[in-house]
Amino acid sequence: MNFLGLALSLIFVLIPIVLSRTLNLGLERDTIIATVRSIIQLLAVGYILTFVFGSDNYIYIILMIALMIVAATQNARKKGATIQGITWKLIGTFIFVEILTQAILLGFHIIPATAQYIIPISGMVVGNSMVLSILFLNRFTAEVETRQDETELILSLGGTPKQAVQTSLITSIKASLIPTIESQKTIGLVQLPGMMSGQIIAGADPVQAVQFQLLILFLLLTTAAVTSIMLGFLSYPTLFNKQMQMLKIREDS
Amino acid sequence: MTTSNNESALQFKHVIYSDGATPIINNVTGFFPKGKITTLVGPSGAGKTTLFRLCNGLISPDSGEIIVDGKDINEYEPTELRRTVGLALQSATMLSGSVYKNLSMPLTLKGEILSEEKAINLLIDVGLGSEYLQKNVKDLSGGQRQKVSIARTLVNKPKILLLDEITSSLDRVSQQDIEELIKRINNRSEVTIIWITHNLQQAVSIGDYTWVMMSGKLIESGESSLLNNPQNKSVKRFVQGEIE
Ligand SMILES: Nc1ncnc2c1ncn2[C@@H]1O[C@H](COP(=O)(O)OP(=O)(O)O)[C@@H](O)[C@H]1O
Ligand SMILES: [Mg+2]
Repeated sequence: MNFLGLALSLIFVLIPIVLSRTLNLGLERDTIIATVRSIIQLLAVGYILTFVFGSDNYIYIILMIALMIVAATQNARKKGATIQGITWKLIGTFIFVEILTQAILLGFHIIPATAQYIIPISGMVVGNSMVLSILFLNRFTAEVETRQDETELILSLGGTPKQAVQTSLITSIKASLIPTIESQKTIGLVQLPGMMSGQIIAGADPVQAVQFQLLILFLLLTTAAVTSIMLGFLSYPTLFNKQMQMLKIREDS
Repeated sequence: MTTSNNESALQFKHVIYSDGATPIINNVTGFFPKGKITTLVGPSGAGKTTLFRLCNGLISPDSGEIIVDGKDINEYEPTELRRTVGLALQSATMLSGSVYKNLSMPLTLKGEILSEEKAINLLIDVGLGSEYLQKNVKDLSGGQRQKVSIARTLVNKPKILLLDEITSSLDRVSQQDIEELIKRINNRSEVTIIWITHNLQQAVSIGDYTWVMMSGKLIESGESSLLNNPQNKSVKRFVQGEIE
């Protein structure tokens, strides 16, 4: 596809803008911002990747992954503003998940140790880890708030903080994992996964594309489980002090 | 009025607790006699519930000392303190599931098991039959929940039992049931009981001793009959129903 093709593809942006205008949906501004951002961000990534692939220097790979983690943290931290030190807990979780998955992928030679493989896969791992963090934090902060009475009841009966938030913790971990598991059950039936579609369009052998897609799916199962559980166990202690008292939920963001 | 240690189960010395700049418990000094029922009265917002939360260790005072059974609360492990000073609330919060699950909870938290036999004995003790054991707490009335909540707190064998308006939302019959139950527990096991109530008749008839709190302060304390003939002017107004 050339730049003319890309320019023509803007027709697909014009259609929703015209519809929004006609029906007074008020979505024109956001649509335009989203379009401009995606053009700039993706083109930049394209050029950066070309450079990194060409340079063959691991520093750039690490730098790119660091950048992904910073961006993911920036996005997810708002959802956990009530949890103290959430920024570092998120960064720790993303780094751990990234290292764990890459260690398995590279250690068993499942993928070759080149930027071409490491970077896109890291993007998917960190991106999914971010989505899972947001799902988990949304649910966990809500659960903790609605279950305050139950939490204090268990404390007042002589329970530890961990026992007191266990229901909230388990419920939120489970709830955040369900979409990942559910979406894998119907995958390929309704729509082809984006990565696989892209590979096929770009001319790859469909079976090879499927193999890669499967690898990614399995990878994301680990990513999801490890993210939620690790974040959960890092987060709950900050809701209590040394005297095993529940701290007031911070209202400020 | 005596404040000697061996007669008080729970003692407050210049206890202050504030929320930000607002004092909620304002320099309270006093004691609760051992093995007796003390009723705690005062207008709503006086700080009664907050006082209970301090005793059970759910919150800590900014300054002052709280002495439980001769020992400063800071010398207890938090979990030990909370088992020693049991708390039952008006809300009678239940964990979803069966009555048995709720009664077992204090032991489950310690990694122990409450035998069905003991659970049934507890139920009978609080005036519920064995048929309640496997009932879902959703199907209980307010009074029944309150009884389960008290029984659950008793599983920890507390030395001090704090009851926060446990009969306030109950009908007359359930209220009398629970009054009898508390008296029985007190007679039998020497548990020190502190009972917050807004029913002044109940405060006099049930209580051996009474505390009157207002705006975070202990205004008056002594034999419960003090409510029949209060000396303090604010207490008089409160007793006559002029302060809610
Ligand atoms: N967690 C809290 N944070 C801030 N203020 C509180 C809190 N709990 C109670 N208060 C305030 O402290 C005062 C005393 O409350 P409380 O102890 O519940 O009184 P009572 O039980 O006598 O009605 C009230 O003014 C209440 O608004
Ligand atoms: Mg109260």
